Amino acid sequence: MPKDFGIGVSQKRREDVRFLKGAGNYTDDINVVGQAFVHFLRSEVAHATINSIDTSAASNMPGVVRIFTGADFEGVGGLPCGWQVTDRNNEPMQEPPHPILAQGKVRHVGDPIAAVVADTYEQARDAVEAIKIDLDELPAVIDMADALTENAVKVHDELKSNLCYDWVLGETDNEKVQAAFDNAEHITTLELTNQRLVANPMEPRVAVGDYNQATEEHTLFTTSQNPHVIRLLMCAFVLGLPEHKVRVVAPDVGGGFGTKIFHYAEEAFCTFAAKACNRPVKWTSSRSESFVTDAQGRDHVTKIELALDSENNFTAIRTNTLANLGAYLSTFSSSVPTWLHGTLMAGNYKTPVIQVNVKAVFTTTVPVDAYRGAGRPEATFQLERVIDKVARELKLDPVALRRQNFITEFPYDTPVALTYDTGDYNGTMNKLEAAADFDGFAQRRSDTEANGKLRGLGVNCYIEACGIAPSNIVGMLGARAGLYDAATVRVNATGSISVMVGAHSHGQGHETVFPQVVAEMIGIDESQIEIVHGDSSKIPFGMGTYGSRSIAVCGSAMVRATEKVINKAKKIAAHLMEASDADIELKDGQFSVAGTDKSVAWGEVTLAAYVPHNFPLQDIEPGLEETAFYDPANFTFPAGAYACEVEIDPDTGQVSIERFCAADDFGNIVNPMIVDGQVHGGIGQGIGQALLESCSYDKDGQLLSGSYMDYAMPRADDVPFYAVDHSSQTPCTHNPLGVKGCGEAGAIGSPPAVVNAVIDALQSAGHDVDHIDMPVSPSRVWAAMQS
Amino acid sequence: MPKVNITVNNNPATGEVEGRTLLSTFLRDIVGLTGTHIGCDTSQCGACVVHVNGDAIKACTMFALEADGATVDTIEGQANADGSLNVIQQAFQDHHALQCGFCTPGMVMSASALLKENPSPSEAEVRKYLEGNLCRCTGYHNIVKAILAASGQEVSAVAAE
Repeated sequence: MPKDFGIGVSQKRREDVRFLKGAGNYTDDINVVGQAFVHFLRSEVAHATINSIDTSAASNMPGVVRIFTGADFEGVGGLPCGWQVTDRNNEPMQEPPHPILAQGKVRHVGDPIAAVVADTYEQARDAVEAIKIDLDELPAVIDMADALTENAVKVHDELKSNLCYDWVLGETDNEKVQAAFDNAEHITTLELTNQRLVANPMEPRVAVGDYNQATEEHTLFTTSQNPHVIRLLMCAFVLGLPEHKVRVVAPDVGGGFGTKIFHYAEEAFCTFAAKACNRPVKWTSSRSESFVTDAQGRDHVTKIELALDSENNFTAIRTNTLANLGAYLSTFSSSVPTWLHGTLMAGNYKTPVIQVNVKAVFTTTVPVDAYRGAGRPEATFQLERVIDKVARELKLDPVALRRQNFITEFPYDTPVALTYDTGDYNGTMNKLEAAADFDGFAQRRSDTEANGKLRGLGVNCYIEACGIAPSNIVGMLGARAGLYDAATVRVNATGSISVMVGAHSHGQGHETVFPQVVAEMIGIDESQIEIVHGDSSKIPFGMGTYGSRSIAVCGSAMVRATEKVINKAKKIAAHLMEASDADIELKDGQFSVAGTDKSVAWGEVTLAAYVPHNFPLQDIEPGLEETAFYDPANFTFPAGAYACEVEIDPDTGQVSIERFCAADDFGNIVNPMIVDGQVHGGIGQGIGQALLESCSYDKDGQLLSGSYMDYAMPRADDVPFYAVDHSSQTPCTHNPLGVKGCGEAGAIGSPPAVVNAVIDALQSAGHDVDHIDMPVSPSRVWAAMQS
Repeated sequence: MPKVNITVNNNPATGEVEGRTLLSTFLRDIVGLTGTHIGCDTSQCGACVVHVNGDAIKACTMFALEADGATVDTIEGQANADGSLNVIQQAFQDHHALQCGFCTPGMVMSASALLKENPSPSEAEVRKYLEGNLCRCTGYHNIVKAILAASGQEVSAVAAE
């Protein structure tokens, strides 16, 4: 009989039932009795000094409870940055304040100037329109290279310049790097842009602050991927509140993709204002507001150079990147262009000399931080595009060139600070070649050409560092937090189990997947196990969900806690059966004494734990509940190979994706259906980046793509069905489940495959084009074909 | 303020609204049916699709006053009488066609309207029909597959799983 529960089974998701009936509980669905509503007056210009704010007329508008300006937040801490990057001269990064409401200056369109709390949302909006502000507009700072010139207008007057840090990783001796290039047989250089994106989870951000004067307790309901992180940052750095008096709840959250990791001004505002107004205060972002307040992603401009010897071995890589941070340092923004980007520049290849240079720049734009993949898509795109370019220049098979340079022996210490524990890059490439039917491509191309179109095949590899992260390592690198996670396994008297986890599910299916692991370990039905997450008053202190970490880090904590539960339960079982602890075996929910027919059921042991009439009270405590914190020994390294086939209409430049195949190595897999879904979603976003999406500002700092009318989200008819394979598996060597994480792979691995395919198609028709920046829009393709 | 009376999921609902109150807001904040979601403010995302007098409508494109007297069906009324998932909802669960669940009510309501109009759509017809519904989680793969499956078509040959 096929296995029907536990690890490896594609269980249908239990959370789906409430979502499909419209019975989810998202933050905007929460209404607290007596609540007021806040609407923010936001800057309509990119850069200005504030001369005055006149709220007198607005104060007299119907329903207005109170109006707040920056003056109300003098003495209140600003939003902190969670990662201090040290530059190439061992100096700390420049770290400007990030106020809750603007203090004297606004630095991007959307920067909050004032806030109106009123009885209804409409009244708050009406009153915001009646606030009069007097601004002196300053020049916008948009282009990163311009921002770094000597006479550039400064985004933050108190800083030396617009440069946050100038950072280097890998070989720091410039002469050694240059020598590697001087000795090269061939050097290929590529300049490219990894354009700014907007994460766009379908649920806009929401915050509801509540304060109980009697108990002096705050509650914040918020759309967060990590409620404990928000509580810690808000209490310790912003509002100075005692953590034990603050409860942060992230209920059902409608997607995150990174942008709901960060601590935002509106969360602190609603918490502050609920006490100040003695009323619950609710903020619901409109989508237009999301576009100017949610931290955005990517935005790198890079020059990458790749050196090869006479046998086409990669010998050196040098990159120079300008990374846009926007106007302020968002929570983890500083780590993205550095430790999440530079460390992946080795890719899947054994290049001996690597130097990564990054200058991070302040501009008068919305802050930039982690978006699905966070630094790793940028690294992958550069590397896989330049490899594709050199293969074409040298007329080499791009797959063979990659295979020749693959790392094949593990563990492998890269020149950029990571140790890959395990992998099999030929294994995933073999799976890809089969799934993508490379052999049939020539025929498909000829069929396409018979219809007057062009066809191209693009291939690339990727590797990512996930399971974020070993606290001691990231601490050395500047993280101001630990990156462990935690789980409490609470067994009830009747044998059912509640597992309180620090990870947060906002689409990943933890409520289904995590019980599969515990069910496997104990041998009881998954329906007996439930997951509790998202409420800081119910769960142990965990760091939340991002960086493909949930199963690798929090799942490991859950395994450790379950092991503790099983060990204690075995002692109880031994007592009940008058046997030695060492002889007790647990299988299929039954404890038995090895070599005998004696056994007791899981439920009998759990009942004895809570009704300890016949119990070894002198040796162990009653009850059956254990907590474990798990700090990973290393990152995990999911890797794979992707292939894309495109058709191009030569009359219009329109690109259509005809086939997309992904072969990933995620190590062991708990629920294959959910892993497939994660990869599908990542590919959808990657195709979105490659073909459609672009967050653009004009020279005055106005956001040109501020709604779904202007920001091209991928729609159902922009993408094909995807073929996904994850049967090549090299289990992670250092966590108990052998898992690596799968949340970001699709978004990391897919953009270069699409662009490589477009270049292949264009070159097949004789067009002399070796790169087109994303999004590869019809106009860009058509222009490239005319040049 | 003027009053609006509608029939929602076969039950009467009434409430006072401002002229500017949208049907989506009326359903969520006055009727208390929060399954209809608001994902944008330009009528692009489709998370608020409901049926008004049988037609699929983005509830944010209609003032509550315009719906006075109408029969409205929302996601909360889609399950079978015994509470079990209907054919489309069940196909969505069977084929993992939702992740965060935020776009899901609109997707199910659109799928229901599509299959009423076209009981056996092709893949291309499904994709075309969903042009007004955004999903950021699934890459649309399993949504399209679930809708094809809900129409009774064989989907096991759809790209490797």
